[in-house]
Amino acid sequence: MSAAISSIEPMTLDALRRKLAERGSKPLWRSLDELAETPEFMEYLHREFPKAASEWQSGTSRRRFLQLMGASLMLAAAQGCTRQESQAIVPYVEAPRDFKPGQVQHFATATSRGGYGLGLMVESHDGRPTKIDGNPRHPYSHGATDVFAQASILNLYDPDRSQTVLNAGRISTWDQWLTELRPALDRVRAARGRGLSLLTGATSSPTLIAQIKDLLQQFPEAKWHIHEPCDLQQHRYGGQTAGQRPLDKLYDLTKAKRILALDADFLGSGPDSLRLTRQYAQRRRDELSSAQMTRLYSAGPAPNCTTAMADHHRPLPAAKVRNVLFRLNQMLSGAEAKWLPSGLAADEQAWVDTVAADLKQHGAESVVIVGDSQPADVHAFARDANRQLGCVGPQGCVRYVASILAAAADGVRPLAELVDDLNGQRVAVLAMLGGNPVYDAPADLDFAAAMKKSSATSIHLSAYDNETSQHCLWHIPALHELESWSDIRALDGTASIMQPLIEPLYGSATKSAHDLLGVLAGEKAPKSAYERVSAHWTQWLKDRQPIANFDVTWATWLQDGVIADSASEAIGADAALKAEPRDEAAPNQDLEKKSPTAKSLEIVFQPDVAVWDGRYANNGWLQELPRPISKLTWGNVAGVAPQLAERLNLQDGDLVTLTLDGRSVEAPVLRMPGHADNCVSVTLGYGRTRAGHVGNGVGFNAYLLRGRENLNSAQGLEIAKTGRKLDLAMTQHHHSLEGHVEWTDNTRPEPVRSGEIADFEKDPHFLQQEFDRHSPPSLLPNFEYSGYAWGMSIDLNSCVGCNACVVACQAENNIPIVGPEQVRNGREMHWLRIDSYYRGDPTSPETFFQPLACQHCEHAPCELVCPVAATTHSPEGLNEMTYNRCVGTRYCSNNCPYKVRRFNFLEYNDATTPVLKLLRNPEVTVRSRGVMEKCTYCVQRISAARIVAKREDRSIHDGEVVTACQAVCPAQAIVFGDLNDPKSAVNQRKASPLNYQLLGELNTLPRTTYMGRLRNPNPDLVALEADRSQAPNATVHPLDPQQLGAG
Amino acid sequence: MAQIFHPNTNAISRASIFGALFAVVIAGWLLDSFNRSDYWTEVGVPRAQPVPFSHAHHVGDIGLDCRYCHASVETSAFAGMPATEVCLGCHSQLFNKAAILEPVRASLREQKPLQWNRVHHLKEFAYFNHSIHVAKGVGCSTCHGPVNEMPLMWKQNSLSMQWCLQCHRHPENYVRPKEAVFDMDWQPPADQAEQGRRLVELYHIAKLEPAGAAPQEPRKSASASKAAAAKSSPDDYFEEEQQTGAAPVVKFRDPLTNCSVCHR
Repeated sequence: MSAAISSIEPMTLDALRRKLAERGSKPLWRSLDELAETPEFMEYLHREFPKAASEWQSGTSRRRFLQLMGASLMLAAAQGCTRQESQAIVPYVEAPRDFKPGQVQHFATATSRGGYGLGLMVESHDGRPTKIDGNPRHPYSHGATDVFAQASILNLYDPDRSQTVLNAGRISTWDQWLTELRPALDRVRAARGRGLSLLTGATSSPTLIAQIKDLLQQFPEAKWHIHEPCDLQQHRYGGQTAGQRPLDKLYDLTKAKRILALDADFLGSGPDSLRLTRQYAQRRRDELSSAQMTRLYSAGPAPNCTTAMADHHRPLPAAKVRNVLFRLNQMLSGAEAKWLPSGLAADEQAWVDTVAADLKQHGAESVVIVGDSQPADVHAFARDANRQLGCVGPQGCVRYVASILAAAADGVRPLAELVDDLNGQRVAVLAMLGGNPVYDAPADLDFAAAMKKSSATSIHLSAYDNETSQHCLWHIPALHELESWSDIRALDGTASIMQPLIEPLYGSATKSAHDLLGVLAGEKAPKSAYERVSAHWTQWLKDRQPIANFDVTWATWLQDGVIADSASEAIGADAALKAEPRDEAAPNQDLEKKSPTAKSLEIVFQPDVAVWDGRYANNGWLQELPRPISKLTWGNVAGVAPQLAERLNLQDGDLVTLTLDGRSVEAPVLRMPGHADNCVSVTLGYGRTRAGHVGNGVGFNAYLLRGRENLNSAQGLEIAKTGRKLDLAMTQHHHSLEGHVEWTDNTRPEPVRSGEIADFEKDPHFLQQEFDRHSPPSLLPNFEYSGYAWGMSIDLNSCVGCNACVVACQAENNIPIVGPEQVRNGREMHWLRIDSYYRGDPTSPETFFQPLACQHCEHAPCELVCPVAATTHSPEGLNEMTYNRCVGTRYCSNNCPYKVRRFNFLEYNDATTPVLKLLRNPEVTVRSRGVMEKCTYCVQRISAARIVAKREDRSIHDGEVVTACQAVCPAQAIVFGDLNDPKSAVNQRKASPLNYQLLGELNTLPRTTYMGRLRNPNPDLVALEADRSQAPNATVHPLDPQQLGAG
Repeated sequence: MAQIFHPNTNAISRASIFGALFAVVIAGWLLDSFNRSDYWTEVGVPRAQPVPFSHAHHVGDIGLDCRYCHASVETSAFAGMPATEVCLGCHSQLFNKAAILEPVRASLREQKPLQWNRVHHLKEFAYFNHSIHVAKGVGCSTCHGPVNEMPLMWKQNSLSMQWCLQCHRHPENYVRPKEAVFDMDWQPPADQAEQGRRLVELYHIAKLEPAGAAPQEPRKSASASKAAAAKSSPDDYFEEEQQTGAAPVVKFRDPLTNCSVCHR
């Protein structure tokens, strides 16, 4: 395939633009390859699977294959007649109170997002957790979760988890460790703690922090370091804010009419993204008038969920965010006389000025959000802008609170100091509670070399025997969050108790950080983590309510998943500015020198949206999750703008050498429409060498480029072509809907219908076609539904493309992963996918998301062609698959216009690894090879609700059946319910004038319908951009360095 | 060239060709019959248990209610098996020295659960829920047989799909009043067909037929497809009504035989 690519002359951007113009007014397009009509794309379009995808993969010959097939047929026949193996029923000795075997239970707990808490509600089947959802009572979850929470259940049952204590790589025991550690600890104690260094990740756990502080009191000269590779606000661990607590921002977007997001993916990642997505989507969905609708501006280096949702996105190098804010503050203050040059190019400055005018007009109803990857002084600029807008305050769009993460104020020291100590042989005992600094510490610190040089007794508590464990004398296997007690606080301070759902899978060898700290503190009778946590909160309650009954309150906390009245108090706008003042003079010096040019590129380091900082690298669900927009799986890339790729003559998958400050890595290139020019974005967390069977050797390690001074972005990157090429596993072209590229046929509606709010106000039905309101006659029979009629509505105005639904579907329905080779063959098994589309110029297009699963058509093309009646229509309108009847003809998939059916080409489900059996949802069949499968509308949940309702002799209430994708959605984009109930929420949605059927022109009458996307562009900015695109070559060429500073 | 085979060989070759075909069919039929036989499905075969627990004694002689031990049968998919402490609730006082009960006492002493041998084992792709059957008037003995007469438990019915469908197609033949669900001695009355229809209506058992209509025999599918038809084809629950001049409307006859009721 790669040979074919190289033989094609790459198409220039101008040629692509011409092609776009030929296709009528602003058509939707799916990728640059589609625009160029490369042979690969055309093949994907016309074939369900790429050529040869159905062939036997390995070197097996056709004859051998037939032999195997014959043998397996006989085996299958024989298996059909085998007697069932005998099975044991094992009841309890003493059954727990209120336990009913076979019935699902839910427990509230919490998980950590870079130290901040996210409330969870975990489903337990007979004592084993199987599915994680959000806790509706938690202020940063509201019942939703992100992809990591969904997938972390797989980490619990990961067969690669570390199971024994290791001493220099050899199996040892906890007791052995205690014995051998004692002399070293005694020496440290005698020296008042000198030589004891503790390294943890970011934490807000009150019990853990108290425990560490006790330890530091006992050992006054011991040191506590924090290393959190993807906590992008590294300044909190030392430096200028020592002694003072850094600020956290609490946004309230329910009132925000104008949002300016600068290098901020507030909808896609971060500890508050679920809450902000909920607020943003709700307003965007409910306020459908140009006066009230939120308008989102964004500017930043790499495309993400937030830039895709923006009404106006401006590709902008990370270094220029400071300039934009500088200019914005000037515009807001209005004191024109004192204006200094902002360092922006003329067109950039015009963009900022137009945005500033709009923000200023809306004053307190607008807010500026800056991404965490920006340095502290840029955040100070943003605080100043928000103060000038008047949106800071308890009723405003943003409040400030003192960060609850352990920081310099708690005596935390930076990682660099630890490396100095290690190199200077000043460390006798190094205890690392979690983390993987050998892999993810800044490259110029060379943590591995320091570890080798040091003679310290090093201890690493970790769930995996990873890169760092290898360099440590002792490795202690860590408990998963669902196996141990702890506590955590959310961004606003709300505390949650983390309670275990299951006994430790690997017995008493696995320990928590609380246990390890107990040993370091020299406790004679070590307390359990439960005792520590409950003791801490008993004291907390006693301090506040001396007469409260702790047991009752504790039970309430556990049940609710949140501790009432534990949130922090907000800090006022002026106090906030005073807390972290901005340096008036400093930025001006930076304004010019930091702008990237074609010679000296900018590199932006971002945590990966699937494997984060690398901690989820061994999680197959996340590895195979198509990233938002790029649809890349199994790996990371160096993202570049199409115009930069054209200048450097780079194609997708070309391997390049990235060199920064003398350090270099090889990375494949991916052109990203909407990426900032002269800028390369890389995601961290890949290139692991000791992650486990899934994560080893996937992608390239971007940490190797990351220096301590430039953790988030750096200038001076050099890029050189190697001439080699990598076949990236991307799903962007898989399952393309037929029809939408027949550009000449302008009457055919596009898969994503979108328009502007102004048009909607003129005619609310402007996106609908005749067939959306009246279905045309059909030869196929209609069904009569006298009971329930299930249906779904998906609001494209709300969907931010975060992918949580895709993983939720995978977890709920036992969907296997297939690996990168199979993904390249188009065999990924996700029942639910999110299609992304672009509109407009390839350098800065509008982006659209469309979650797509089985549409459950009334006139389902698949049902007609199944020769064995394995896919049938149910009395409730579901299009059902009966797996044990399917013989795998694949006719149904062939006949499906939505391309939502998935075929098990190989035995993808691991049915042999014992620990993975615990993971499966017992309510859903684990499908085997040769069987077609697809979305069932979570029929197991419908059945469960129906049984409960029928037992109580009533009908199912609206909202009682919640599909997995609906439950997880932070944007509430998905609504499911009974179409025969006129009052149901799904009927309310479907009554919207924006409601439309995907491929409705085929008269398949899908049960899932969509609500069109409405955009709210700024007319002034539209005019400005129109002027700009008319200027010759204005968008193609890089910014002229001469121009900078002239504005 | 001379003939190699005698003309009589024609008859032999024909006989052997058809004979072979016939033999294959017969072999298939035999295999299928064997597969469904009581011998192979172990219907009526008492299964040995770690403790020879006698339902005949506990249910038949003493009259214990099913729910004393199978406590979650009304609320959960799984009927539940008694924890050791439930056994010892009585047997700490009665027969508390009996050698036969030593495994039970050992279980509590060593905190190791008893391991009972499963008698009713449904295939994993079929989802069965006790609570809804009990709630709709399907008695224990309807499926499990005269448990009160079983010294060691055995399977009374094959649990094959065909067996399930007998009732799912015609629940009126099997349902009983709810108060008799746990009654081991309940026998269908003489007018079960009529009583059954009344109960199906009363308990809102999922049948969409108008009340009182005669139950229809499953249609014999005349067309050729039909490995699947042998079990249940969509014809079992579709009823096409041809309306003059309009698209046909499909009415669902019997949601209880819909695939997703048992298969997910």
